[in-house]
Amino acid sequence: MAADSRLRVKSIEGVTQVEFIDRNILDEANIQAIGDEISELIEQADTPNLLLSFSNVDHLSSAALGALITINNKVKAKGGALRLANIDPQIYEVFMITRLNKLFEIHETTDDALKAFA
Amino acid sequence: MSASNGANPSPHADTANVSLPHDRDRIDALQSALMEAVERAGYPKPSRFAIKLAFEEALMNAFHHGHQGMDDDLEVRVEYEVDPSIVIIRVEDQGPGFNPDKVPDPTLDENLALPSGRGIMLMRAYMTEVAHNASGNRVELRYVRPED
Repeated sequence: MAADSRLRVKSIEGVTQVEFIDRNILDEANIQAIGDEISELIEQADTPNLLLSFSNVDHLSSAALGALITINNKVKAKGGALRLANIDPQIYEVFMITRLNKLFEIHETTDDALKAFA
Repeated sequence: MSASNGANPSPHADTANVSLPHDRDRIDALQSALMEAVERAGYPKPSRFAIKLAFEEALMNAFHHGHQGMDDDLEVRVEYEVDPSIVIIRVEDQGPGFNPDKVPDPTLDENLALPSGRGIMLMRAYMTEVAHNASGNRVELRYVRPED
């Protein structure tokens, strides 16, 4: 992973757990960098099981939602699974307004999400 | 239009009127100034979340969609007025404009997996009023302070 990584990544029992470091996932350069890093993780895995934790994230934009959709499409294309967790209530409302809570599998905590992979 | 939507800022509103290049540091600086003004005016956290999100979406629409296929050096005109009762943000790009009503509804099942097209709906969801000019290259966001 690059030295200026915007992600904390660890693997637990076949699940790649990714935590965003940034509080704001708003601007295109930041989102592009995050998307590229996660795409690399997906490419490296035979069957990507990916858990994204939003515990540090206070703000995200529609461009960030777009990047998450692209990540979801890439994971699905490889027969993997994507789960999201630790989403702040204000940000969860963004998912509800856009109905993306129907597209993504969202769990309250990373523990809940990890159990769902089992 | 309801009485509350018609609220106007006082002469003492915190204001800015700048021409902004497509430069993240400059965008962040203006966004910080806006959010500091909003905080000084006493808006609660959910309001600040809404205003920051809508400001970001309006700017990204202007630079990415408004100026699509055009010179990246083109600047966007941004004005804001922050008053304890209302926040008004105007963003104008130099593109040919668009018809906001022609943007496909991103919440339809068939559009859920499309990666774009959510900026306008988020602005409409979080702002009291979102109005485009006739040519569609200028948007005005109005956020009326909610009752306590």
